[in-house]
Amino acid sequence: MTEAVFFYLFTIPMMAAALSVVFNRRPIYSVLSLLVVMFCLASLFIMLGAYFVAALQVLLYAGAVLVLFLFVVMLLNLEPDNLARMRLSTLRGIGTIAAAFLLFHLVRILTAPAASGIAATARPGADGTVENIGRALFTTYVLPFELISFLILAAIIGAVTLSKQQSDR
Amino acid sequence: MPLPSASAMLTIGPTHYLLASAILFVIGLIGIMTRRNVIMILLCIEIMFNAANLAFITYARAWHDLGGQITVFFIIIVAAAEVTVGLAIAVLLSRQLKTLNADEIRLLKW
Amino acid sequence: MVDVSPAPLCSWLILFAPLCAAILILLFGIHRRSLSAILAIAGLSTAFVCTAQLFLQTLNGQLVLPLELSVSWIAIPGLSIPFGILIDQLSLLMTLVVTGVGSAIFIYSVGYMAEEQAYSRYFGMLSLFAFSMLTIVLSNNWIQLFIGWELVGFSSYMLIGHWYAKPAAADAGKKAFMVNRVADFGFMLGILALWAISSPLASERTFHFQTLQDRLPGLVSAGLVSAPALTLIGLLIFCGPIGKSAQFPLHVWLPDAMEGPTPVSALIHAATMVAAGVYLLCRSFWLFEGLPTVLTTIMWVGGVTAFLAACLAMVENDLKRILAYSTLSQLGYMVMALGLGGRVAGMYHLTTHAFFKALLFLAAGSVIHGTHEQNIWKLGGLWRSMRWTSVTFLIGSLALCGFPGLSGFFSKDEILVLAHEENAALYWIGTLTAGMTAFYIARAWFVAFTGKSHGHAHESPPVMLMPLFLLAGLSIVGGYLEIPHFLGQHEGEFHAGVAATSLVVVGLGLCLAWLIYGKRVVSAQQVVHALALPYSFVARRYYIDEFYNWYVATIQQKLIAGLCAWVERYIIIGIAVNGIAWLTRGLGLILRRAQTGKVQTYALAFLLGVVCLLSVLRR
Repeated sequence: MTEAVFFYLFTIPMMAAALSVVFNRRPIYSVLSLLVVMFCLASLFIMLGAYFVAALQVLLYAGAVLVLFLFVVMLLNLEPDNLARMRLSTLRGIGTIAAAFLLFHLVRILTAPAASGIAATARPGADGTVENIGRALFTTYVLPFELISFLILAAIIGAVTLSKQQSDR
Repeated sequence: MPLPSASAMLTIGPTHYLLASAILFVIGLIGIMTRRNVIMILLCIEIMFNAANLAFITYARAWHDLGGQITVFFIIIVAAAEVTVGLAIAVLLSRQLKTLNADEIRLLKW
Repeated sequence: MVDVSPAPLCSWLILFAPLCAAILILLFGIHRRSLSAILAIAGLSTAFVCTAQLFLQTLNGQLVLPLELSVSWIAIPGLSIPFGILIDQLSLLMTLVVTGVGSAIFIYSVGYMAEEQAYSRYFGMLSLFAFSMLTIVLSNNWIQLFIGWELVGFSSYMLIGHWYAKPAAADAGKKAFMVNRVADFGFMLGILALWAISSPLASERTFHFQTLQDRLPGLVSAGLVSAPALTLIGLLIFCGPIGKSAQFPLHVWLPDAMEGPTPVSALIHAATMVAAGVYLLCRSFWLFEGLPTVLTTIMWVGGVTAFLAACLAMVENDLKRILAYSTLSQLGYMVMALGLGGRVAGMYHLTTHAFFKALLFLAAGSVIHGTHEQNIWKLGGLWRSMRWTSVTFLIGSLALCGFPGLSGFFSKDEILVLAHEENAALYWIGTLTAGMTAFYIARAWFVAFTGKSHGHAHESPPVMLMPLFLLAGLSIVGGYLEIPHFLGQHEGEFHAGVAATSLVVVGLGLCLAWLIYGKRVVSAQQVVHALALPYSFVARRYYIDEFYNWYVATIQQKLIAGLCAWVERYIIIGIAVNGIAWLTRGLGLILRRAQTGKVQTYALAFLLGVVCLLSVLRR
């Protein structure tokens, strides 16, 4: 019961915020709505026992990525997207309908009886605490962990190179 | 498909989280289809990433396997890297083509 | 595979010697006049020598006929066509005529065409013609015969239009070919129909003469072939001779064919090619024997042709045209004979006709060569200036009339006796025609060879006179060569009444002609005035040419050809060709919309693909 309350408490704003991200005219509001989505999602992660990941979500995603978006929005001085003028062109109309179909199929697959063999019991050692995650990272998943640092390095170099001024004055 | 009963709605299981993830994913998808600004499209891609994260975490919980959460860890990092480079490219685009309207960026057609 | 003992070797040589001559002339003979002439004459003479060899062997008893040599040419399941030679009495006689008379005419051509530019082409086409004609005669199956049939049509076209720069000659060649084409269409249908009924099993159907002849009674008695079907086939096959032997109503090409050189007229349009129709009827007589409708048609077509052509000859003023109509008339006699059931009589008359008609044409050619004039009213007095030519022409004319003792008398009488026994109406028509024959040829003789000379004339060189003498000799003794006996008829009938009547009629015709044109007792103009209306009708050749022209121009071109052109332009080109192009372009225009260059479009494409997959994979 408690879980249900909290679930709906976090999910419904999340959905509303997501819709705001998509349909809001002003970009800054979209970015801020995404922030709300991130927070709600972090809450859901905690409910699902992924404590470390929830923290990461807030720190990295909400704290770094979204800030980056904000800066870019401010830098480029984006105008409000004129949604009213946005005529429902064929492609976009078909896209929306297709997405609706996709949703239909996903719901059908997910609510099928065969998928309900998933138990929801908690087990010790499967909690997403820092200690557990850290142990897993440095033993089983050490290779991806090291490789991801290369990825970050590549991203840094890429970002720096791309943002360099073209003409060297 | 019959409407879910009251007990089904109140007893939260993995299916609920997965449905939430699905709805979030589709919202992000609609955003990609519909938005005209390139930056906003990138933003909607982030929603889709988050939906996937939710699914991973749900299954990690359901199957008592921490691999799901590790995966989400990596996804977040990769998403950050991708946003970095993506936004840099978007800034460059706005400088070169003087526009960020997705309808006008048609360089993929020769 | 090929037997090289004497008789088979001779047989193959008959067929292929002229062909080799034609090919060698084509390869080496252009611009080399003497070489072409030598090759052509050598080719046909070789064929003649071989034929004579086979003939003598047959008379000795060394060679037993029929001799058949055949190689399998096309052998696929359901269709087997041999290529072969069939030597029996019929084909041997015809081959002798073709090669013998042909060789004489080749030698004559050397003199006649001496000042001609396209000498080599002439001899090349003549050799090709010889090969084609021999293919028809020696063939042992329908397809080979048809191939030869078409080839002689082609050679005839080339030779009629030898002087193609002259519009009349080119048109005449075209006319001959097209009229023959019409007839050959029916002929081909008949051949194919005969093949189709030759066996209920597709794999056993055949074109071979002997096989078909053996099978036909069995097929009829077993009820596999109905009488009406066979009648139709007979009529269709008769279409071929109607065209090739210029029977009414497809006779219109033969007078125009006189535009060609005179030796060509002699060889092709008198002695051999036009006789191919008669030969065919003899060869396939087993098919017509039991079909009274077809035989009646054949005999009446022949009779009508004989009569109408004789009328036309009486009013003609061009020497060669008179002889052309005469040929038509005599061909009518031959076809009538076959319709009446007389294979032997028809072939007999064919042989003697070959002799004296070729003689007449060559003599006319000699006249043309000496005077450069073809209109009989512009000639005259040739008896004095061209003695030998006149003598030979006279012999030929008398043979044509049926003067007693000459060859034409015996053969024509055979036909009249046959008509007398079978069909009274045709007998009287034939007799009347004989009288008209005498009249028109005597008319030509008196006007052109007697009386006052209008121009200058000189006698022809020996190379042209020798063939004339040879043919004159044959015209005289032709009746005593026992040709009917060779062909298998045992008893020569002699009917006194028929002979007497025909002599009387012939005499009347000769006298009438002498009175009008020889002695000038009765004025020709008065006779023409008296019979003004029928005269003009006949002089315009019964308006048949006008009718054909109208038919082609109006009905065929406007209606049928116009319809076909409309279908071609709007349906085939418009719908099928342009339509497919339009469709492709339209599809392209539609499908191009998917390539927008925008990322969102491609993302939509992914999404649609995923949705489709999910819809399909229902689990």
